[in-house]
Amino acid sequence: MARKTVLHALHLELGARMVDFGGWDMPVNYGSQIEEHHQVRRAAGIFDVSHMCVVDVRGEGVRTFLSRLLANDVAKLRQPGKALYSCMLNEAGGVLDDLIVYFLNDEWFRIVVNAGTRDADLAWMRARAEEWQVAVAIEERIDLAMLAVQGPLAREALADLLSESDRGAALALKPFFGCECGHWFVARTGYTGEDGFEVMLPAAEAEPTWRALNAAGVASCGLGARDTLRLEAGMNLYGNDMDATRHPLESGLAWTVALEPADRDFVGRAALEAARASGGVARLTGVLLEGRGVLRGHQKIFVQDREYGELTSGSYSPTLECSIGFARVAQDCPNRVEVDIRGKRLPARLVKLPFVRQGKKCFEIPSEESVS
Amino acid sequence: MSQVPAELKYAKSHEWVRVLSDGRVEIGITDHAQSALGDLVFVDIPEVGRELAAGEACAVVESVKAASDVYTPIAGRVVESNAELATAPEQVNQDCYGSGWLLRLEPASADELAGLLSAEAYTELLAAQGN
Repeated sequence: MARKTVLHALHLELGARMVDFGGWDMPVNYGSQIEEHHQVRRAAGIFDVSHMCVVDVRGEGVRTFLSRLLANDVAKLRQPGKALYSCMLNEAGGVLDDLIVYFLNDEWFRIVVNAGTRDADLAWMRARAEEWQVAVAIEERIDLAMLAVQGPLAREALADLLSESDRGAALALKPFFGCECGHWFVARTGYTGEDGFEVMLPAAEAEPTWRALNAAGVASCGLGARDTLRLEAGMNLYGNDMDATRHPLESGLAWTVALEPADRDFVGRAALEAARASGGVARLTGVLLEGRGVLRGHQKIFVQDREYGELTSGSYSPTLECSIGFARVAQDCPNRVEVDIRGKRLPARLVKLPFVRQGKKCFEIPSEESVS
Repeated sequence: MSQVPAELKYAKSHEWVRVLSDGRVEIGITDHAQSALGDLVFVDIPEVGRELAAGEACAVVESVKAASDVYTPIAGRVVESNAELATAPEQVNQDCYGSGWLLRLEPASADELAGLLSAEAYTELLAAQGN
């Protein structure tokens, strides 16, 4: 039986087409998913992301615990409300999940993890706390719903629903910061490459908030648009672009691994250092299809007879009006490649991610082709 | 509620067939199929002259979400494919029974048409599938 968010009945009322996502019955679109994509790039859209899991970690030992649990370093979090993107690794360096951790105070951090991994993540965190004998309380906040309001007009639209003092505080948030606004937690984060907020709020308030945002012109958007937006923005999807069998260095996530200071002993560190020392680590890159067709995960990348890797994600980019994807390829893969699509080889280019930020194309196709 | 024009014939795999005045047949995907697929962004249609067996995968329609095969409901030779869809695949979403047709066949045998579903039978099939 698929799990349902508190907004499930509203999605059906709004005419959503529902699909299974990580065991949850979620809206994929409410009409045209390409139109929903454009709404977010040009104005504002709202997504139900209540299937994601909010975990509060509290206690005196919380900073020490997270410093060991996560590949990024929570020591970077000094200002209350500051957020950090990190992977949580297993001992082999494989990615158990990617998450955002917010620093609220010295005894309280909040973590948001993926829907499909929530149960395994919670079990892993509790087992490590017990193993390391750290006194932390790990609480799954099932009482909270989570909405993502994204797009150039999103922050103003959401802020208009807040009290005067909270409104000012929310609009003053810098990127990757959050603050408490009464019973809500409002963060300037997202998964679309646009400005906007992610809001955690009591479940009962999710539906009136959604309706109020719709009334203010914010379009209901499904997971379909969320996927094409994150692809354009060069953001990984757990389960596609990384998983427990792949480490962050071969998933485009080296920037999220804090190997300094060298004496911080986090889970997976030894495996990552060994992988780095051995060299030959594959890399994750953007792919742009030059001809007609659609890139999809698992299509193979070739240059002449040599296979260099495969696509991890692929779809159609509504902003660029062509097909884009991510591929994991050998370090020495040339930029001009061919992709095998149903037995046909189609020309494609490897490009640096992201493809689109804040509504604008932001990559260059190098004029001088060379082996990178 | 999906549109199911009364004058067309249907296949269980959600294609429709229209018999043209010259005896050739036009094939496309149903309203239910286009709606389930979502926004189409690419259509791969067979070359003119190709001989198709009944039930053979003859085209691929790709939405933002996924690629899906289209099966010809009857056997025949491809005499025309809808070139407009190369640059405007969204016509399949906008007008699946009209400008969004995929291909035209010279049928191998007119008898095969009798084995296809009527609009009524296809509507019942959709209802039985929970649509």
